Amino acid sequence: MSDTVESSASGAPGAADGGEEGETRRDFLLLATTAFGAVGAAFAIWPFVDSMNPSADVLALSSIEVDLSPIAKGQRITVKWRGAPVFIEHRTQAQIDAARKDDKADLIDPQLDKDRAKRPEWLIMVGICTHLGCIPLGQKSGQPKGEWGGWFCPCHGSHYDTSGRIRKGPAPKNLPIPEYEFLSDTVVRIG
Amino acid sequence: MTVSEWPKQAVSWFDERLPVFTFMQHELNEYPTPRNLSYWWNFGSLAGIVLVVMIATGIVLAMHYTPHVDMAYDSIEQRIMRDVNYGWLMRYVHLNGASMFFLLVYIHLFRGLYYGSYKAPREVLWWLGIILLLLMMMTAFMGYVLPWGQMSFWAATVITNLFSAIPLIGDQIVTWLWGGFAVGNPTLNRFYSLHYLMPFVIVGVVMLHLVALHMHGSNNPLGIDRKEERDSIPFHPYYTIKDALGLGVFFIVFAVFVFFAPNFLGEAENYVRANPFQTPAEIVPDWYFLPYYAILRSITFDIWFIPAKLIGVTAMFGSLMLLFALPWLDTSKVRSARFRPIYKQVYWVFVVDCLVLGWVGANRPEGHILIIGQVATAYYFLHFLVLMPLIGWFEKPRPLPDSISKAVLERPAPPAEAGTGGAE
Ligand code: HEM
Ligand code: FES
Repeated sequence: MSDTVESSASGAPGAADGGEEGETRRDFLLLATTAFGAVGAAFAIWPFVDSMNPSADVLALSSIEVDLSPIAKGQRITVKWRGAPVFIEHRTQAQIDAARKDDKADLIDPQLDKDRAKRPEWLIMVGICTHLGCIPLGQKSGQPKGEWGGWFCPCHGSHYDTSGRIRKGPAPKNLPIPEYEFLSDTVVRIG
Repeated sequence: MTVSEWPKQAVSWFDERLPVFTFMQHELNEYPTPRNLSYWWNFGSLAGIVLVVMIATGIVLAMHYTPHVDMAYDSIEQRIMRDVNYGWLMRYVHLNGASMFFLLVYIHLFRGLYYGSYKAPREVLWWLGIILLLLMMMTAFMGYVLPWGQMSFWAATVITNLFSAIPLIGDQIVTWLWGGFAVGNPTLNRFYSLHYLMPFVIVGVVMLHLVALHMHGSNNPLGIDRKEERDSIPFHPYYTIKDALGLGVFFIVFAVFVFFAPNFLGEAENYVRANPFQTPAEIVPDWYFLPYYAILRSITFDIWFIPAKLIGVTAMFGSLMLLFALPWLDTSKVRSARFRPIYKQVYWVFVVDCLVLGWVGANRPEGHILIIGQVATAYYFLHFLVLMPLIGWFEKPRPLPDSISKAVLERPAPPAEAGTGGAE
């Protein structure tokens, strides 16, 4: 500190010797202050940005329990999880076999059926098309299920197979698998 | 001092403290303007007036609107449309005003394309115009979500999902935009906040746009600089009166929509309450987004390892970003298409191409419509990236007149100009 005072005292009237040194010191102080200010400002932006992320009340709704006992074999139901539809299907052996057989097919987003269903008879997926977010058809009887008997997204024509894998159309990925856990044989917790 | 001198004294007293009167005198009364501007030069000021109309109606609508997923739809369909005095009028003016705004700005932009208004020294003016267009699009998109109808919800879903195409962090960005795991109440709230903010940002950028305009003044149908004193006339009263006439005509068109066909430009599906569990059979945006939507949906193929979705999104944003580079992509020194025999033809092909893209965007991208969309998309990029640089290079422009006044005062009849209907 005393150093600064001294040098500015000697440098101030434009003394030829102290002038140059005074300038570099001032430049350094200016640079350091600016850099510090800039870093501070950058940190100050973060709370603004983060305030737009999902809030605690939104996150609090992020797990649900579903009773699977009323779902018959071959039946599909939709439940609401975090504001989005989740497809639950009680698969028949034929559907499981079809999905397993296609493990070796030419897949857009390769994934084994056993990695997509913790218990093969229960397929649990987020029912949102990975293209631009439409809800694929196929949950209700009479709706088109696409060429592979799974789901069909009408928005831009994406076909999903009996494992929810993308087979044809503009969607880049398989229907996502949420985190879930079987609490018992008939109750599953999603989220 | 006589009584009649008071206002004058008051004016100069005030002006010495805040020079608003000097400013207005300078920028409106004296502001020298090319003497030959046609009616194509009316659209900028018309857009400015519609902006004021949008803000005025928007502020009133905001007094009655409730930004909550359970109440938004009813606050518009029940309260504003049926219960609030003149609420229906405010809403229909705001709704159709958005369409009119885009119509005017598109004409304004294509005027610039035809007369080369983007060339030196007006490049920054042009950039500010594109920024205005982008801001308008963001505002219109977020406004469209507010009624919380089926199209509101699904347009919001599809458009925010575009960001998931960004590699690695795409999904986080989408969650951040939503403030949740799907479009929901947090999304509606932030869109409302931003929809209210954006028009004022637009006002600010319009100011800059005008400052940039007044640096060199307007371009003109001949595209040549002013050289003589008599090339210019004062803005007031000549162009104030011309703008006022145009405004009268425009308001008639506007009123026809508002009073006789208020939903003609809209989508019936948006009069159905939003249902996050049912996607409508067809998701289509408002007409002014259709060409971009067509470009997005035309890309159905991967290129190497780049997924179609990312290419589609890039092409869509790129179609607008290209406009920023236009002053350099166009290599011709001549501004006005009037003196550019080849560009003049290509210009109209490009206009048709944009209309075709709009038509494709309104239809399902299947069969021959998909093919037409792909060809039109390819042509759009070809126009800017190949034709504009090439034509400027080999085209032989017609001789330019010596000055504006020579061309308009001394020639017996102005040259016939096919199609543009320029009324000078
Ligand atoms: C909020 C929307 C906009 C408003 C309120 C606005 C307003 C104006 C006004 C009042 C003028 C002067 C009158 C005229 O030449 O017509 C002008 C000129 C101009 N604007 Fe805009 N504008 C808007 C958007 C745009 C857009 C989207 C573009 C193009 C990308 C653009 C490009 C230009 C150019 C190049 C000029 C100078 C034209 C010339 O001198 O020939 N503007 N604008
Ligand atoms: S959103 Fe499903 S195919 Fe586009």
